[in-house]
Amino acid sequence: MKFVDEYRDPVAARALVRRITELAGDGHFKFMEVCGGHTHTIYRHGIEHVLPESVELVHGPGCPVCVIPMGRVDDAISVAGQAGVIFTSFGDMMRVPGSQGNLLEAKARGADVRFVYSPLDALRLARDNPDRQVVFFAVGFETTAPSTALTLLKARADGVTNFSVFCNHVTIVPPIKAILESPDLRLDGFLGPGHVSTVVGNRPYRFVPARYGKPLVTAGFEPLDILAAVAMLLTQIHDGRCQVENQYTRCVRDEGNPRALAAIAQVFELRPHFEWRGLGFISQSALKLRPEFEPWDAEARFEIPGVRVADPKACQCGEVLKGVIKPWECKVFGTACTPQTPIGTCMVSSEGACAAYYNFGRLHREAAVTLGRAAQPAAAG
Amino acid sequence: MCLGIPGQVAELVAGNDHLAKVSVAGVRRIINVGLLEDEPPVVGDWVLIHVGFAMAKIDEEEAERAMEGLRLMGQAYTDEVEALRQSRIEEVASP
Repeated sequence: MKFVDEYRDPVAARALVRRITELAGDGHFKFMEVCGGHTHTIYRHGIEHVLPESVELVHGPGCPVCVIPMGRVDDAISVAGQAGVIFTSFGDMMRVPGSQGNLLEAKARGADVRFVYSPLDALRLARDNPDRQVVFFAVGFETTAPSTALTLLKARADGVTNFSVFCNHVTIVPPIKAILESPDLRLDGFLGPGHVSTVVGNRPYRFVPARYGKPLVTAGFEPLDILAAVAMLLTQIHDGRCQVENQYTRCVRDEGNPRALAAIAQVFELRPHFEWRGLGFISQSALKLRPEFEPWDAEARFEIPGVRVADPKACQCGEVLKGVIKPWECKVFGTACTPQTPIGTCMVSSEGACAAYYNFGRLHREAAVTLGRAAQPAAAG
Repeated sequence: MCLGIPGQVAELVAGNDHLAKVSVAGVRRIINVGLLEDEPPVVGDWVLIHVGFAMAKIDEEEAERAMEGLRLMGQAYTDEVEALRQSRIEEVASP
């Protein structure tokens, strides 16, 4: 219980672990946390070592940086290299490898690549540089899509014509469905994502219990939130219930943020299909600009190579993103692939399972093994 | 980018009901609060901010807990606050 002492309320944490242990009994339960923020919390706080062996957490596809395929990074670099372009991106995307290197390397080769905090900063750059074309590399789930939508509405309202968006926004429900359809994995339930649910609410997840018979509990980001959500999932299973529940009522409402959803609907439409790293093509899983926003659509304004690039053979990000393997089971984890020299996307973002495990989990796991070994002789004596 | 950062509304920007000045980890920045129009924030309210936009109102306790969680993230947190520090959204608002 070493880690529990570091939690905000160790007494509550211990009580939750006891409850989880009782409810799980002799069974074995496998729950997927969909969100990269949860993965980070789980490794940062050693939750996998706090939980009994009867409960296993597997990591899902909820890191938008991790799921961007190499071909789209190549497309971004191609646009960044075109004459007169200022290419803007969130910091997280700068080090994601394409087949010909990443955006930082493109910058070193002379492309004008700049990192921005907000799409509004990219719009400001367009205003400040009327003789340049400013392109914003839009990534993220419904958490960031409303921001891109409002920025595009602002660009249109203000008549800013030298601004465009290279849209790679993805939606949260289709990958969950893809995982439920995947034969690779047997899951007993889901920890629903936190922040993306502040936008989409809890209603979109109803198909998970209704069609697939799995419970889902939307969870917050503290260790106690994760433990409480696991207890809620096990309680549902114990009581023979199967539904969507909300542990993160502090931030998430059932209806989400209707204004944010309306902004998304006004500006974007669904792509027929989009490639996800590791998950392949998923139909209606990503957003593109509606035809009336074509003047601000980088895919309409620039020549985009659009070449599909297979992941490096050694990289097993796909299996990590589907929860089929744990980060340390990947052949190149921690050797050829590290946060300093990432081969796969999961090692780039701080919310990627591999980076989170490399930075924190690895040490906890080693500590647990060492402690386990050290404890054996004492227990025997 | 996915990290929601809690901020406290310090000032509403006169003449633009979509903008507010918030205080985040000692940094004061303009953010867009247009997505909260159904319940417009007032000075003193706490909001959860993603890439320059307030996505949800939260209470003070949640703000403290979220901030504590973020601090524990280390580098990812400092990167996000540094990015926010460099943001100049207010200049978009001026005509």
